[in-house]
Amino acid sequence: MFDLDLWREIFQSINKNRTRGLLSGFTVAFAIMLFTILFGIANGLENTFDELFIKTADNAIYVYSGRTSKPYKGLQVGRAVSLYNEDFEYIKNEYSNKIEYITPKLSRNFQVSFINKKGSYNVLGVHPDAQHIEKLKIKKGRFINLNDIKSHLKVIVIGRLIEEDLFGKTSAIGQYVNLEGINYKVVGVFKDNGGDSQERLAYLPITTVQHIYIGKDAVGEINITYNRKMSSDEALTFGTDLTQTLRQRKNVAPTDQRAIRVNNMALQTKGIETMTGGLGILIFIIGLGTLIAGIVGISNIMIFIVKERTKEIGIRKALGATPKSIVSIILIESVLITALAGYIGLLIGVGVLKWVGPSLKEYYITNPEVHFNIIITATIVLIAAGTLAGFVPAQKASRIKPIIALRND
Amino acid sequence: MLEIKQLHKSYPIGDSRLHVLKGINLSVKEGEMVAIMGSSGSGKSTLLNIIGMLDHADSGDYILDGLPIKNLNEKKAAEYRNKFLGFIFQSFNLINYKNALENVALPLYYQGMKRKERQELAMFHLEKVGLADWAHHLPKELSGGQNQRVAIARALAANPKLLLADEPTGALDMTTSYEIMEFIQQLNDEGKTILMVTHEEDIANMCKRIIRLRDGVIMEDTAIKQVRAKQHV
Ligand SMILES: Nc1ncnc2c1ncn2[C@@H]1O[C@H](COP(=O)(O)OP(=O)(O)OP(=O)(O)O)[C@@H](O)[C@H]1O
Ligand SMILES: [Mg+2]
Repeated sequence: MFDLDLWREIFQSINKNRTRGLLSGFTVAFAIMLFTILFGIANGLENTFDELFIKTADNAIYVYSGRTSKPYKGLQVGRAVSLYNEDFEYIKNEYSNKIEYITPKLSRNFQVSFINKKGSYNVLGVHPDAQHIEKLKIKKGRFINLNDIKSHLKVIVIGRLIEEDLFGKTSAIGQYVNLEGINYKVVGVFKDNGGDSQERLAYLPITTVQHIYIGKDAVGEINITYNRKMSSDEALTFGTDLTQTLRQRKNVAPTDQRAIRVNNMALQTKGIETMTGGLGILIFIIGLGTLIAGIVGISNIMIFIVKERTKEIGIRKALGATPKSIVSIILIESVLITALAGYIGLLIGVGVLKWVGPSLKEYYITNPEVHFNIIITATIVLIAAGTLAGFVPAQKASRIKPIIALRND
Repeated sequence: MLEIKQLHKSYPIGDSRLHVLKGINLSVKEGEMVAIMGSSGSGKSTLLNIIGMLDHADSGDYILDGLPIKNLNEKKAAEYRNKFLGFIFQSFNLINYKNALENVALPLYYQGMKRKERQELAMFHLEKVGLADWAHHLPKELSGGQNQRVAIARALAANPKLLLADEPTGALDMTTSYEIMEFIQQLNDEGKTILMVTHEEDIANMCKRIIRLRDGVIMEDTAIKQVRAKQHV
């Protein structure tokens, strides 16, 4: 039901009484502006945390081995503990439903050369899953695949900057690079957002590295990303479970931190979750506070406006206005002013964020902005707020007795 | 038209109550033009407001056009004020941000009349009170007499049967007062029932019947020979 005349009445009332409209609008605009800025800052903080995890996956678990630091079952201290392919396979099979990606990893520095250009680079022997764990983007060609692993192929995937260093502007794909006397065919070039050092790495099939350089199937470390369906608490449990299982498997004291070490990113994730959670609650409380203050503010102003309009409302009632029509006038005026002023506040807030946003980077606030769906939410919130704010004043107005309003004083 | 029996009304004043109307009995027939007189504070406005359903009596009966007015809900009361009653006040009570035409059209808006129709009708009534040229002026741009004529046009707009006027000439000079009275007499000639509160004998004499209030009751109720306002203008 769209009553054009009712809207005309309301627009005329707002238009002819601009001062009071501005007065009430200012409160709302200010509250919404604060609300927007707070929201933006909260988003900015979250963006910062997200960015910290661009380098590696935030659900990674790293398994390392070293020498024992405690005697166990008659075995002496200082015994070297190594992880082997069979340990990798064991973990992979035992925990398959808790693991997203898993790869063993052997790393070594190599002199890499192409014709007369050469450089020293960190080269990693891995499984295909490493691409996802390291968040590599294939620029051209492909990553290591299972066939490479099975057949110990002499193939290599190099970082974008290695290609630049050794090949200049020409493509490296299909060419052969030399790693200390042995030729490897370049099958892929990758990009990595984690920075220059990440793009000066090269990847080989781990079996090739084991076969050619080590002579046994030891793996240096095992990298895992856990299944994202798990909460960070479940992931932490998984980490400790994995640690204990491996220590038992390798005949290491259950408390020996050096022999088998597991570095679980879930710990940080959980910390950050708690922190952003706390931050979220804080922002929510502050935001709600400003919003409530805004609502109370406009409500008070509307009550004042109703007082000021007592006579007018009395006249309208004497002329036959029903209580319902009085309620709609006040309520809709409240909603209109709230929504309009709220939008202005929102725009100012967004503007402020855009303007000062870039200079906030040093305060760990990255890209503070409000998303479009927040604006939709805000619209709904504003209309609700306007209704809430106008409710008491409208009720007051509808109870005005025409006789009191019309008195001559 | 209306029938009042043993009407009482009091106002709380601190701990005690001020008994203003102490048993009013009054009967007004259709087409009458009644002046209500009495000293200041005698309850004239109070009586008029109760008749106009702007206020409630404490006790007694009030029957308006055959309908007993008692415990009427707000919506019903609003409908009655809108369709049955027209008000003219001493201080005009126009809405200050609406122009003459919009003020006159307001009761029609509350009748649910379409915008175009109600503007035409409002214009018709403004013409009747001689203010067609002032239709788009705000109250503050009009003289007292002109404002009161706008108020009369507004009271007439909804075509009420009963016109209630509380000192309609109270804020006007003599010449203007007589002009206004001429209108009101004309309306009465056309068949509208009119109840008017006034302090001035000469204005009262332009009605057809005078009632005088004193100590909360009607002291005197006399039919008079109407003095036509036209003779004075
Ligand atoms: N709402 C109210 N509360 C308390 N007292 C009131 C109220 N309204 C009117 N009165 C008192 O009731 C008495 C009658 O008031 P009323 O306005 O009816 O007088 P009146 O005859 O119209 O006077 P005037 O000629 O001055 O207009 C006055 O003493 C007035 O002070
Ligand atoms: Mg009075």
